[in-house]
Amino acid sequence: MKSQLENIKALAVEELTACTDLKTLEGLRVKYLGKKGELTAILKQMGKLSAEERPVIGQLANEVREYIDNEITSKSAQLTLKEQEEKIKSETLDITLPGKKKNIGSLHPLTIVMNEIKEIFLGMGYDVVEGPEIETEYYNFTALNIPENHPARDTQDTFYSAENFVLRTATSTVQIRTMEDRKPPIRIISPGRVYRSDAIDATHSPLFHQIEGLVIDKGVTMSDLKGTLETLMKKLYGEDCQIRLRPHYFPFTEPSAEVDIMCFNCGGKGCPMCKNEGWIEVLGAGMVHPKVLEICGIDSNEYGGFAFGLGLERIVMRRFGIKDIRLLIENDLRFLEQF
Amino acid sequence: MNLSMRWLSDYIKTDMPVKEFCHKMTMTGSKVEAYETEGSEISKVVAAKILSVVPHENSDHLVVCQVDIGEAEPVQIVTGASNVNAGDWVPAALNGSTLPGGIKIKKGKLRGVESNGMLCSLGELGLTVNDFPYAIEDGIFILQEECTAGQDIKEVLGFNDTTVEFEITSNRPDCFSVLGLAREAHATFGSPLDIKEPQYKGNDEDINNYLSVTVHNKELCPRYIGGIVKNVKIEPSPRWLRERLRASGVRPINNLVDITNFVMLEYGQPMHAFDLRYVKGNAINVRNAVNGEKIMTLDGIERELTDDMLVIADAEKPVAVAGVMGGEYSGIMDDTTTVVFESANFANDSVRKTAKKLGMRTDASSRYEKGINPENTLPAIKRAFELVEMLGAGEVVGTVIDCNNSTPKNKSADFDPQWINGLLGTDISEEEMVKCLESLGFRIENGKAVAPEYRTDIEFKADIAEEVARIYGYDKLQATAVKGVAKGELTEKQKYERLIKNTMTSLGCYEINTFSFISPKYFDKIMLPADSKLRNTITITNPLGEDTSVMRTTALPSLLDVVSRNYNNRNAKAMLFELGKEYIPSSDGNLPAENLVLSVGMYGDDVDFYTIKGSLEELLEKCGINDCEYERADSSKVFDEKCAFHPGRSAVIVKDGIEIGIFGELHPAVLSEYEIETRAYAAILGFNTMFENRVTEKSYKALPKFPATSRDLSLICDDSIPVGQLEKAIKNSVGSILEKITLFDVYKGKQIEEGKKSVSFSITMRSAEATLTDEQTDAAMKRVLKALSEQGAELRMA
Repeated sequence: MKSQLENIKALAVEELTACTDLKTLEGLRVKYLGKKGELTAILKQMGKLSAEERPVIGQLANEVREYIDNEITSKSAQLTLKEQEEKIKSETLDITLPGKKKNIGSLHPLTIVMNEIKEIFLGMGYDVVEGPEIETEYYNFTALNIPENHPARDTQDTFYSAENFVLRTATSTVQIRTMEDRKPPIRIISPGRVYRSDAIDATHSPLFHQIEGLVIDKGVTMSDLKGTLETLMKKLYGEDCQIRLRPHYFPFTEPSAEVDIMCFNCGGKGCPMCKNEGWIEVLGAGMVHPKVLEICGIDSNEYGGFAFGLGLERIVMRRFGIKDIRLLIENDLRFLEQF
Repeated sequence: MNLSMRWLSDYIKTDMPVKEFCHKMTMTGSKVEAYETEGSEISKVVAAKILSVVPHENSDHLVVCQVDIGEAEPVQIVTGASNVNAGDWVPAALNGSTLPGGIKIKKGKLRGVESNGMLCSLGELGLTVNDFPYAIEDGIFILQEECTAGQDIKEVLGFNDTTVEFEITSNRPDCFSVLGLAREAHATFGSPLDIKEPQYKGNDEDINNYLSVTVHNKELCPRYIGGIVKNVKIEPSPRWLRERLRASGVRPINNLVDITNFVMLEYGQPMHAFDLRYVKGNAINVRNAVNGEKIMTLDGIERELTDDMLVIADAEKPVAVAGVMGGEYSGIMDDTTTVVFESANFANDSVRKTAKKLGMRTDASSRYEKGINPENTLPAIKRAFELVEMLGAGEVVGTVIDCNNSTPKNKSADFDPQWINGLLGTDISEEEMVKCLESLGFRIENGKAVAPEYRTDIEFKADIAEEVARIYGYDKLQATAVKGVAKGELTEKQKYERLIKNTMTSLGCYEINTFSFISPKYFDKIMLPADSKLRNTITITNPLGEDTSVMRTTALPSLLDVVSRNYNNRNAKAMLFELGKEYIPSSDGNLPAENLVLSVGMYGDDVDFYTIKGSLEELLEKCGINDCEYERADSSKVFDEKCAFHPGRSAVIVKDGIEIGIFGELHPAVLSEYEIETRAYAAILGFNTMFENRVTEKSYKALPKFPATSRDLSLICDDSIPVGQLEKAIKNSVGSILEKITLFDVYKGKQIEEGKKSVSFSITMRSAEATLTDEQTDAAMKRVLKALSEQGAELRMA
């Protein structure tokens, strides 16, 4: 019996050593340690042994059992680790294959930049005010000190409807409406669509977007205008952006200015991009004309302020390097997906 | 306005690089658009003397010239021109030279004979026969100028002027002249201004013996000065005068015409010269035209006039359209002997309207349109006479006829230094302000700044502030922040717009931007009924074209345009949206309503009706609009666009009886109109209805403490019964313990009777108070089955 046990142990060691997978190992566990296993079979014959032999063999049998059990446990750990390693190895993925995307769309580039500009002004305490695109001549021209016979009123430049409404040529209409509706202090921007009778080509469109700003309060100065525009341009184009104001004429502001930014292509030296001027015109501005204030029922001796207006399309085109304005109107997905 | 720097230097010296000149003028308000130095494209072109001309050995139309360019050896140049002879002086473009238009000349062989350059024609130097009237158009430019061999041709031809192009704003018509810009240069640079009153001798004759002038409409012609020059000698103008015209972009013609153009450029006062022979009755009548009266203008076109147009007429007929263009037969010809000079002022409005009506805008009319100073007419005609005498072009009759109905007035405005500093945010001393203003010709009188008579734009104290500011320098203004605090905030509506846009993009849609105007034909493309209210539009009377002639009353056509464009550009799939306006006319003369709508369009292999429905459901949920119902689109009372949809595959979204939107598959006929050869889907949702029906409050519900119970139901019913109806029945019958109904299968086909369908739901129930008992759930299911049975759906027996 002792030799039987020794044999079992030797055989078990041999078989365990040869075992390479967990399934075979489980088979061996059953074979040696199971209820119908070889050791159990031997232990069942213990009753036939003498009282002297029984403890000795019993102890031996337990030792063998314990030994095999330990061996199986350690082999199991070993094989589990091995199998896990193999599994991991076999599961290697090509991580360069594309991910499973939930497709997210995007805002139109005009909206993206418009939102940016709105944020800048919201941060400076401006409200965003909108108004009608189809307007009366009064709001589009008369109240802005543009006289009856002014060329801007010409049908060559302005769209008229059968009812003699105009498609607003600037969002300054909203400034007038705001000055009529609100009492100073006023700080607003008025973004929106405007219309001019320009045939469509790479740089013109009969419909485009403007953002106009208006500040009315006591003691607002032209230096404040300059500071405001400088802040806007630096936020839009970066801290190195330099601006200059130069005198110009608009019927609704006095003094008036056109505002240029230093050409970022040549740094002011002059290049084809800035038509050799070193500067690129970006907006028009000025101190609100006293006549306009009076028209809107604001005492021009007590209050003053400034107004400015900029075109969105040109900013967007410059920002993204878009050379043809028609891309903004055509809405080809291959274009839209880039933003 | 093109300014010759040489011309300017007659009146003011500006000794600085032209770039600096341009910059400083720009910064005081005379914006320079560009400048160009004459002949800057020409290099290595020299005056050459032809030593010999021999026939080319291999060509009968080429000749070989030896030319002296002032070097030890003559240079050989082959030319095809036939007008060159030994002894002629010619412009020779040498090897490596450049000519206008970016042309480069290199030596080479012409039919086997070496040629070391090119002899130039007028055209090759960028000139015309008007610039050098003695030369010929076709052939080499045979020089009659003083020159030496090898001398730079630019020097020989007087190419040393620089032309500066100014943008003149509409408030400063006085700057459309050399003198006007000289005055601005004076204010900018401070160097002395040297403007002399023109002097002419004139003979001792009385003009009334030659001419009578009657102004019939004094309102449209505040001033008319007529003068006479007799014994005129028509010939080309001298070179210096031609050069100035050329630099200003005006073509030289002959001495008299050139003088009128010269004075217009210099004084800004248009002038006209008539041949007295063609002025019937020697009478000038400034009057309105008679309706139907005709005139053949200088450009050879017969024009019919109307009685709102002002004309210059002789005793019988119009000889010029006042301020616009002269008549063909009254102009200066080679045999003209006596000339009437006109220096007149016409009302800007009238000239503008007339020029527009006749469709001709001339140098003269564009000046009159801007409004010019009547006081300028006399100095201008004096200058013309001075030039006539200087050029020996004729004999000036000593007196002029001056019909002056204008009342010269110097404009003025309050001069308030403290107010100006307050407006500008500056601390400029009164002395400095006065200096700025005086440099511009203003004078200060009794607290007012009085403008010179040519400044018609001064009215308010703000105008004075601008004059001070621009001369002081906008660049010296500080950059300060607006004082005081203010809070800026988007309105609820503006925030809601952002929410919609952002949700749409997160659903995979791309935002588009389409025109607000469309073609009225687009209504047919979407099959809108002839009597649809949407066909009542705001119509543009002067559109660019039919495609942009009416303001859209529905966003659908613009959207479909973009869908079609993407499909036809072979984009396999597209999901697009726009939050744009529809423009609905109002009946009572009020401005139209401008309503925001959300339009959505999509197509693609994995896109179907339920894709767009799902997107809209997600959108509505995110935007606070819950528990919508879906009804067949053809039942819509709000959306006339329903006709554009597939009747069996479209729906209106209804919230508490209010139609929020319409969506579905597009009608096959509409798809074919738009050349979309796949199923495509669209939606239109009213922004305002969404906004007004949204729920903004959100409150937290405690997480469930007790488990849920689920029951699955497989039903069988007629195919025609909408699933939504069954769902509603379940919802109403389960009661308060209902947590969720999930549809997990709809099946038609094998094992299901024809005309029937199998529908499977999973119903989740839960109580907040306790775990549901079997009795409770069973009871609920019993109610459900009863309700379903009433709808015609029975439990499917496996």
